[in-house]
Amino acid sequence: MCYLYVELQSVISIPPRLIHRGQASVYDTGCVMATPRADDWSWFPALALGVSFLKCILINAYHSTDFEVHRNWLAITHSLPVSKWYHENTSEWTLDYPPLFAWFEYSLSHVAQHFDKEMLVVQNLIYTSPATILFQRLSVIVTDIVFIYAVKECCRSVREEKGSKDLLGHPFFILAALLLWNFGLLIVDHIHFQYNGFLFGILLLSVARHLQVLYFMTLFLVEQGRHLEGALLFTVLLNLKHIYLYIAPAYGIFLLRSYCFTKDNTDGSVRWSSFSPVRLVALGSIVISVGALSFGPFIAMGQLPQVLSRLFPFKRGLCHAYWAPNVWALYNMVDKALSVLGVRLKLLDVAKLPKASMTGGLVQEFQHSILPSVSPSITLICTLLSIMVMLSIWCRPRGARGFLRCLVVCALGSFMFGWHVHEKAILMAILPFSILAVESREDAGIFLMLTTTGHYSLFPLLFTAAELPIKVLLMLLFTLYSFTSLKKLFRGSLLNPLETTYLLGLVAVEILCEVVYPLSPWQHTLPFVPLLVTSVYCSLGVSYSFIRLYVSLLRQHGTDKHKQL
Amino acid sequence: MENWSLVSICVLFGLTARWAVSLNSYSGAGKPPMFGDYEAQRHWQEVTYNLPVHEWYFNTTDNNLNYWGLDYPPLTAYHSLLCAHLINPDWVELHASRGHESYGHKLFMRATVLVADLLIYIPAVVLYSFYLSEGSNKKKVFLCILLYPGLILIDYGHFQYNSISLGLALWGVVVLGLGWDVLGSLAFVLSLNYKQMELYHSLPFFCYLLGKCFKQGLAGRGLFLLVKIAVTVLVTFALCWLPFLSDPGQILQVVHRLFPVGRGLFEDKVANTWCSLNVLIKIKTILSTDTQLYFSLTTTLLAILPSSIKLLMKPTLWQFKLALVNSSLAFFLFSFQVHEKSILLPALPVCLLLNDLPLPAIWFLQASTFSMLPLFLKDGLLVPYVVTSLAFLFFSIYLLSAFEHCSEDKLRLGPYRRLLICIVRRYGYLSNCINKDHFYFSITAMAGLSFMSVALAPPDQLPDLFPLLVSVFSYLHFLGLLLYFNIVQIAEPLQSVRKNQKKSN
Repeated sequence: MCYLYVELQSVISIPPRLIHRGQASVYDTGCVMATPRADDWSWFPALALGVSFLKCILINAYHSTDFEVHRNWLAITHSLPVSKWYHENTSEWTLDYPPLFAWFEYSLSHVAQHFDKEMLVVQNLIYTSPATILFQRLSVIVTDIVFIYAVKECCRSVREEKGSKDLLGHPFFILAALLLWNFGLLIVDHIHFQYNGFLFGILLLSVARHLQVLYFMTLFLVEQGRHLEGALLFTVLLNLKHIYLYIAPAYGIFLLRSYCFTKDNTDGSVRWSSFSPVRLVALGSIVISVGALSFGPFIAMGQLPQVLSRLFPFKRGLCHAYWAPNVWALYNMVDKALSVLGVRLKLLDVAKLPKASMTGGLVQEFQHSILPSVSPSITLICTLLSIMVMLSIWCRPRGARGFLRCLVVCALGSFMFGWHVHEKAILMAILPFSILAVESREDAGIFLMLTTTGHYSLFPLLFTAAELPIKVLLMLLFTLYSFTSLKKLFRGSLLNPLETTYLLGLVAVEILCEVVYPLSPWQHTLPFVPLLVTSVYCSLGVSYSFIRLYVSLLRQHGTDKHKQL
Repeated sequence: MENWSLVSICVLFGLTARWAVSLNSYSGAGKPPMFGDYEAQRHWQEVTYNLPVHEWYFNTTDNNLNYWGLDYPPLTAYHSLLCAHLINPDWVELHASRGHESYGHKLFMRATVLVADLLIYIPAVVLYSFYLSEGSNKKKVFLCILLYPGLILIDYGHFQYNSISLGLALWGVVVLGLGWDVLGSLAFVLSLNYKQMELYHSLPFFCYLLGKCFKQGLAGRGLFLLVKIAVTVLVTFALCWLPFLSDPGQILQVVHRLFPVGRGLFEDKVANTWCSLNVLIKIKTILSTDTQLYFSLTTTLLAILPSSIKLLMKPTLWQFKLALVNSSLAFFLFSFQVHEKSILLPALPVCLLLNDLPLPAIWFLQASTFSMLPLFLKDGLLVPYVVTSLAFLFFSIYLLSAFEHCSEDKLRLGPYRRLLICIVRRYGYLSNCINKDHFYFSITAMAGLSFMSVALAPPDQLPDLFPLLVSVFSYLHFLGLLLYFNIVQIAEPLQSVRKNQKKSN
């Protein structure tokens, strides 16, 4: 009876404020969660405001068709009844995000009507009045407040091992700068146009909730409140944008193992008898109630198949028009190389080869000529195999940090092997990984490799000449900062010569692709070559980072376990 | 973090902001038949590229001076010629290219500004911040100077090449500060030959160098220095004007083009004395053009005299910077034919005071940006104006902790107090005027006026109401700050007790 009482109380949870008060007295040595004094945080608004100003000044920059996509969704949700949201197809950019996002657009549309009513008319295709641009851009900038708050929470949960007096060399400061000024997020959200900022904000907030748990293990009562909050946030996130399903396995396994089982054996393996059905029910009810809130109305209207068909359009090809830098880019490249070689050596007949324009610009199936074709089910199997390693946290949970590592592996694994992956999905690995990067030297090295290549692979998103200087300058800004700050934090070089050479090669690739090649005669006959070179070159770096990350997860780190105890 | 990486990060940030502003519209975009300054610069490329040198400044069948005729000194013309050689010949074809606007052309023009800025202005700012400003916040000062919105908006929004003339003048200040007098005068002469408005700065340069010669003794080394400088100046001038020297008529015509006295005391709405006075007395109609000219000349000379004499007697870098502010601001407020953009000339030396007198400097810089609001609105630069102004205000106040430097001593008013203590005890407390509350009040008023200019339609009988209010309001700031900077400069005792703020070489 007493046991049940404890359980219930933990489910109900204690307000977070108490936790912050409590922690200082519980830990005073070792890995203290050193929340700095409040007066030390004055730099944070400066950093956040600075980047917000930068976002504002980019209002008149180029925006992609995603701008029209979101305008169309504003119009659909504003002017049509709920039952028509997932049926409306006047524009080719139909609503293909989960219902909660549609409600988000619906609420935005109420503000939008004070800017320009015309943007809320479904028939006004490609409508870009100045007021529309201002409103849509500002909506991204303002909703980024969630992201800013989440970054602050993440900073609070960082372990501070090296106490540096210099503010600029402080892990909190570095993490905040790496997240807030993230190059990828800036160009994808504030130039290309998407709402990733607040979505990643929710993700990071959820991660921060799990990380903060770690430090309060001994405060048995308050431990789980944060887990449930984290789970709730993630469920909401899933119902906002279903691409986060990629990392759902990490959440599932972690919560099941570390939350639903309350005790470990002495060797770290699971003690089956400690399974807590109450906790499982609590988790389950959160997931189900959020899902019901989101999908319930559509199920009631009998539209679930229609909604799902919008959310998961499997008619697309293996790769996007511009190949995301993953395994399939390499696979395609090998196939192409083999076929060219085969033709040269007269082993193949040119006439029999499928006519495939490689990266022609349209979403289409790419037919392999030598290697076997890849079907969605194969990519699914590959993805699942690649993230099997997560089961290691089942055997030896290494606390929330192990979970975070799994989450990154999961995101990166799906990026490497997934079906029709967009290059933007790399951010799902880069952003959470920033937290690990400021805590360990090895992770910092992997982080630098992954972010630099991953960010560079986003360059083709902005192909207009006027935005070329912006993307180069911002990339240099972020890369220079991440290198110098992490190098200073860990006092020494983080990359070996080979890695450095590879990264310097990116400069050569950039010059070749955006300066030299457009001036050459091949620009007209083989216009896709720069994209191909970019994606193949970047996929080498991303694959390398993936492998290193994988190894780091497999390798038994005594450190995490040690610190957890 | 190492210095170099922080400096690079600041530079990259400054460049990003500049390029982001340049994505916006420019002056006269899509407004035939006259377009704006953007077309003027393009037209100069066309003229210099296609016509022989001796026709550049003359009205001929191929060169209609009424359509953006060249009215800047020869270096500007050479610069246009250089740019014209780099581009698509269609863009500078004689007659046919008039009013040419295209995506590629805009990109090219913007890039030329960025390159000039990167080559001339930014290195000068780096040198100034790291060699000539004291204290621990060199990087912060550097970032704040780079982010000054007025220059960014005019060069990258409206479209001009102020970063070249101001950059060269700054090179002059930096090099003089480092002790190389000859090189400094060379840089300044180049700047003067790029834009004649640099004359606003010329008197302090002259007095500083002359004062230095006096100090070294006009009988000995001072004379030698004077001769060296004089020769440098003359030779540089001669080289710049070389193609025009063959014919005195050419020289006269160029000079006539550079100083168009016929255009009246002021045009449009500008935040100087004459335009503000015009609200009360219609000077432009009462006085003849000649009288206006002499009148403005006299007042300008009177206004710059005290600071120049003081500088002559005490040629230190600190005095020099203050004299640059006082002289250029006096020119802006009192001289003939002033444009609203000329406020950038006083703004440059005020930027150099950011470290020493943060609050007055920030206040001035903000007012200067605000004074150009009507221009920005005409060019469609509202969003960048708001964003860069807010960013500059926030960063400069935060980084330089401006409000912690408001004491009388920090505002360098101590000597003034001691000077006046027995005469006007009650009105002597000037530092009371420069404080946080007044600053916020003024900023709020600027925000309010900006909002009204954008959102409200002016009454029918007063179509220029808001631009005029903006001008007069900024004028009051400029006048007050001119007084303040003059007091700071003149009240400083001749025998310097404080060595910390002087030359660092």
